Amino acid sequence: MIPELNIALAILLLPLVSFVLLIFFGKRFMEKSGLVGTTFLGIDLLLAIYIFFSKLAVETRWDFTFTWIDFHTVVNNVPLKIDIGIMVDNLTAVMLVVVTLISFLVHLFSIAYMKDDVRYSRYYANLGIFTFSMLGIVLTNNYLLMYVFWELVGLSSYLLIGHWYEKKSASDAAKKAFVVNRVGDLGFFIGIMIVWMQFSTLTFDGIFSAIGHGNIPFGSNTWLTAAGLLIFCGAVGKSAQFPLHVWLPDAMEGPTPVSALIHAATMVAAGVYLVARTFPMLTADALMVIAYTGAITAFVAASIAIVQNDIKKILAYSTVSQLGYMVMGLGVGAYTAGVMHLVTHAAFKAGLFLASGSVIYAMHHALHHLNDHHTDAQDVRFMGGLKSKMPVTFWTMTIFTLAISGVPLTSGFLSKDEILAGTLAYSHFTGHSLIPIIGFLVAGLTAFYMFRMLILTFMGEHHDKHRLDHIHESPRVMTIPLMVLAALSFFVFFSFNPISASQGWFFQKMTYPTVAVPEAIASTPTVEFIEEIHHQHTMAMVLSVAVSGIGILLAFVTYFWKKISADAFERALKPVHTFLYRKWFFDELYDATAVAATLGTARLLAWFDGTIIDGVVNGAGWLTKLVSVFSGKFDSYVVDGAVNFTAYFAGLLGLSVRKVQTGKVQTYMIFAIIGFMVLLALYI
Amino acid sequence: MTITLTHFLIISAVLFSFGIYAVLTRRNAIMVLMGLELILNSANINFLAFSRFGGMNIEGQMAAIFVIILAAAEAAVALAIVLNIYKRFNTVNVDEISLLKD
Repeated sequence: MIPELNIALAILLLPLVSFVLLIFFGKRFMEKSGLVGTTFLGIDLLLAIYIFFSKLAVETRWDFTFTWIDFHTVVNNVPLKIDIGIMVDNLTAVMLVVVTLISFLVHLFSIAYMKDDVRYSRYYANLGIFTFSMLGIVLTNNYLLMYVFWELVGLSSYLLIGHWYEKKSASDAAKKAFVVNRVGDLGFFIGIMIVWMQFSTLTFDGIFSAIGHGNIPFGSNTWLTAAGLLIFCGAVGKSAQFPLHVWLPDAMEGPTPVSALIHAATMVAAGVYLVARTFPMLTADALMVIAYTGAITAFVAASIAIVQNDIKKILAYSTVSQLGYMVMGLGVGAYTAGVMHLVTHAAFKAGLFLASGSVIYAMHHALHHLNDHHTDAQDVRFMGGLKSKMPVTFWTMTIFTLAISGVPLTSGFLSKDEILAGTLAYSHFTGHSLIPIIGFLVAGLTAFYMFRMLILTFMGEHHDKHRLDHIHESPRVMTIPLMVLAALSFFVFFSFNPISASQGWFFQKMTYPTVAVPEAIASTPTVEFIEEIHHQHTMAMVLSVAVSGIGILLAFVTYFWKKISADAFERALKPVHTFLYRKWFFDELYDATAVAATLGTARLLAWFDGTIIDGVVNGAGWLTKLVSVFSGKFDSYVVDGAVNFTAYFAGLLGLSVRKVQTGKVQTYMIFAIIGFMVLLALYI
Repeated sequence: MTITLTHFLIISAVLFSFGIYAVLTRRNAIMVLMGLELILNSANINFLAFSRFGGMNIEGQMAAIFVIILAAAEAAVALAIVLNIYKRFNTVNVDEISLLKD
């Protein structure tokens, strides 16, 4: 094994060590738990950075595979065995840094944010296993281990979202996240089974090279498309794509730093990562479905985000929307752009969540101080004017908002631009012009609602002067992560050219994977596609800056200068507002269909169980009882009667015969003599 | 009239019957023992009669002497038992000594 892979293994296992330590000895560490977890993650981050630089310096890929189970049989001329192992390529190296960096900053931030929590060490333990699971997903080189870690991510997200499980809404949200994810995972699992049936291997390399040699599932192109889409189902669940996006906004019930971790670097990123990994085996049809799924997700979520009032809900829907963007990017074939948006988004979205955490923290303390238990600390309508009181939070939040809005000089601009150029190229080749239209529309919407949130939170007047006096900037341990993430939201970390990412290291290193599917059903060849992206780039850039500008301008006009009355609009478009505010009635729809059907089926089964099954069982019991009563009667009267009668008869006999036994020797002698005489009489 | 074996046997039988009768009917244990003596002596008469008229010769007389010795021993033991019974029950009436019955 290559020595670097040992380090990669150490990166994977360190958070697990942290988890084990804290879960078993958490009581002993007490308030030191945070330091323990943060230290482990700090080491993890340093190792990841080391791996990152040493990997990007070389062309080769590091791979270590060993046979886990060998069935010693041959199927389809392929030996049947399960190989597992770890692998580090450029994508993995980047993901390692992203995951450990965000996780480390979240650990650091939580030291202050979660200080007085009742389950402080449990919280850090869960963060540890979450990070471990996510690192497992990016390090593995086969679908089997990926599925295992995939489920571990589901479990740990359940634990973290339900961290405050005393709250009904939190435990419900945790359950919802878990169950909705399971729906997607089912498809993922079936996809893996199809792949296993056909190729008898689960390693990425093995599968892609088999497809590359023309070996496709059951000899049918449709099956290959189906396998790709079923695997994509896993991503739909984890990355909160339409129609399984409903769990993510509810997951806001978890602590805010957890939201930052789940929605920026782990879990939701896992779905996008899965699509990127599976990319070589996706056919043109599968990619089209993926692109449309992403586009619909992006639009639906953005439209909902416009009308939400809870600061975390706004960010949640913006996450869903941006994830839709990434998936759309991958779907149209802009592989590098999609992955890059994953990375840039991880930084500024983690920042946005942590900054909102900082705001909520300040609001919460102020409200607590004033004994105000009615005002919602997360509602943007009760904020405003926080700029002067929380300068660091405000300025970092502004940078993140600019980045997510796709304003030039930010990292978000670079990646979003490439995705939009990709959609333009896609519509050029395939004629699906709806996708770029949605792409640009969502870019404008994103700029609008993000600035709406920023203006409502930090600018204008705070409507309660007294409360504003009690709002203070968060402690240093919370603002440092914000500053680090704000720095990472600038373009220089991804490309030295502020208007184009294609010359930066990211595009140089994160090259398109070799497409394995047969040419007839593959999407546009990579070289031509990249060429077309270059053609469309200027157009995409101009358009995206324009729509973002319009969005930002609209937000300022409406919420800062108040030239347009938002309330008037709301009243005029009441049905639309309600429709968006209630999230397109997705929850109601699912309650009425899937949940109601499940509950109905469960009730039917319960009735069947209670009436038929229990009836049969109880009937059998009743019958047995009846038989046993008869049997008991038979026993006590007939059998016992016979036994007692025998004894009684013997007693009676004895009574009558005992008279012979007089105890008198002379009587006995008389008998003896009579007997003797009888015998004599008989024989003579 | 000559005395033959039959006469002896008749006397012996009569004596035996008296003995049996005494054993069966007497209530006094001493009397029962005396009845036993009669039975034993009727047997002696038989032995001697067969020794005189039959082919037994001297062996019959020897057997009779043995019986006499046995009778003496038996009387000694039996009387000792009767004495003990009397000490225990204050009576020698065999009808009243019916411990075996219970």
